[in-house]
Amino acid sequence: MTIALVTLSSVGKVFASGVRALDNLDIEVRPGEFLSLLGPSGCGKSTALRIIAGLAEPSSGRVEWRQPIAGSDKGGIGFVFQEPTLMPWTTVAANVRMPLKLMGQGKSAQPRVDAALARVGLASFAESYPRELSGGMKMRASIARALVTEPRLLLMDEPFAALDEITRFRLNNDLLAVWEALGKTVVFVTHSVFESVYLSQRVVVMTSRPGRVFTELAIEAPYPRDESFRTSTTYASYCRLVSQALSRAMGEEA
Amino acid sequence: MSANRTKEDAGPLRERVLRILLPVAVLAALVLVWHAVVQVYAIPPYVLPGPLLVLSTLLSDWAVLWGSLLVTLATTLEGFLLAAFGGIALAVLFNQSRLIEYSLYPYAVILQVTPIVAIAPLLLIYLPQQAAVLACAWIVAFFPVLANSTLGLNSVDRNLTDLFRLYGATRRQVLTELKLPSALPYMLAGLKIAGGLSLIGAVVAEIAAGSAGAGSGLAYRIVESGYRLNIPRMFAALLLLSVSGIAIFFALSLVSHLLLRHWHESAVASEV
Repeated sequence: MTIALVTLSSVGKVFASGVRALDNLDIEVRPGEFLSLLGPSGCGKSTALRIIAGLAEPSSGRVEWRQPIAGSDKGGIGFVFQEPTLMPWTTVAANVRMPLKLMGQGKSAQPRVDAALARVGLASFAESYPRELSGGMKMRASIARALVTEPRLLLMDEPFAALDEITRFRLNNDLLAVWEALGKTVVFVTHSVFESVYLSQRVVVMTSRPGRVFTELAIEAPYPRDESFRTSTTYASYCRLVSQALSRAMGEEA
Repeated sequence: MSANRTKEDAGPLRERVLRILLPVAVLAALVLVWHAVVQVYAIPPYVLPGPLLVLSTLLSDWAVLWGSLLVTLATTLEGFLLAAFGGIALAVLFNQSRLIEYSLYPYAVILQVTPIVAIAPLLLIYLPQQAAVLACAWIVAFFPVLANSTLGLNSVDRNLTDLFRLYGATRRQVLTELKLPSALPYMLAGLKIAGGLSLIGAVVAEIAAGSAGAGSGLAYRIVESGYRLNIPRMFAALLLLSVSGIAIFFALSLVSHLLLRHWHESAVASEV
């Protein structure tokens, strides 16, 4: 049994409005794994991600790191939002350089920025402005920015939800390639059963209002996964399993 | 299909030509009517001078009017610069400290809603004339800069703010790298309004000061010409003021366009 990279133990979150977003949430993120949090919208998956990132404080419970990452170790976490969230007033390269600049490593940043852009296939768009890019390319730039600090943990909050299916499939494949090449730990929030099965080693299914873990399924298909996996019976049967778990989770709440 | 296409291609160009041609045509028509009315009814120039007389007065009195124009424009520019820096600096201060914002914002509003025409005579009593004129230009122009900059500084993308927090950005970095660039389009909109308003402020103050004597700006020329029944010169001075206002507006629009052309929707040319 490997030691978890980060563990959430009975984490609860109550917003100032009185809404209970999370209640007794227990999640363990293992080093190097690809973990998906799956649930209906409003189940607190994004809140859980923000708590892991240190952007929100839990109202109760504990967040424990194997080694200190948040706070003392800036750049240990990469975050990708649902929107590309690029600074429109500057170039793609400057956007990707931003984390390093904020961490005071702006001077030696250029090779790392180039490497991150090349990793997501945007090398020739470094000097473009975000508005000149398509939706998928903007998201690639956003991923390059999250990778540029070489984080140990990559948190992704429904990053492909706003993209068309063709672009989403391409980005799914590219994300898996990056994950396999770099060996990062990824926590991926999604409301798509198909996406979660395709990408992850483990899928955590959540219930909503308040959000807590309903069940957890291991997707034991080997990597690299590609289009042949997407059309395989293994994939289809895992999708059915996860889908049933999700409807039970939603049924329980109703 | 191809005919359809040519029509679409011709669309924007025709639109642009019309946008210039139509206002010019309206102006020409108005000037013609003005000329005709003055001629037909034989209106004396001390009641309503014709457009040709206004133009020739502009040329013959050029030396006097040009000097006055420079005085008014200098005041306007100084008032505008003070308003720009003051407005932006105050907005940044408000953004950094809620307590300062709560303490001072109501007074900024009071300064704005009190009619400048009513304040100008008081300022002229307490301040030397040049300073009073400048103060008027500043008071009317700084509020739109303050209000717009405040709005801009508060309109930063929340996710970007989170990202800056995640990477441990300092307050100063958040201000210079995130808030100020985000607020730039709003600030420029405020400055565009402030440009015209600082001219108005300068004119109001000059008129209020006019009878006190020492002034020599364009507005003072208008008041003076009124007393002397030199109506053609009044019109010529008025014409210069209008042209100055238009020039200020276009200059600021150009600056705004140059600064935003790469990224802001308002300035990006639509690509066909």
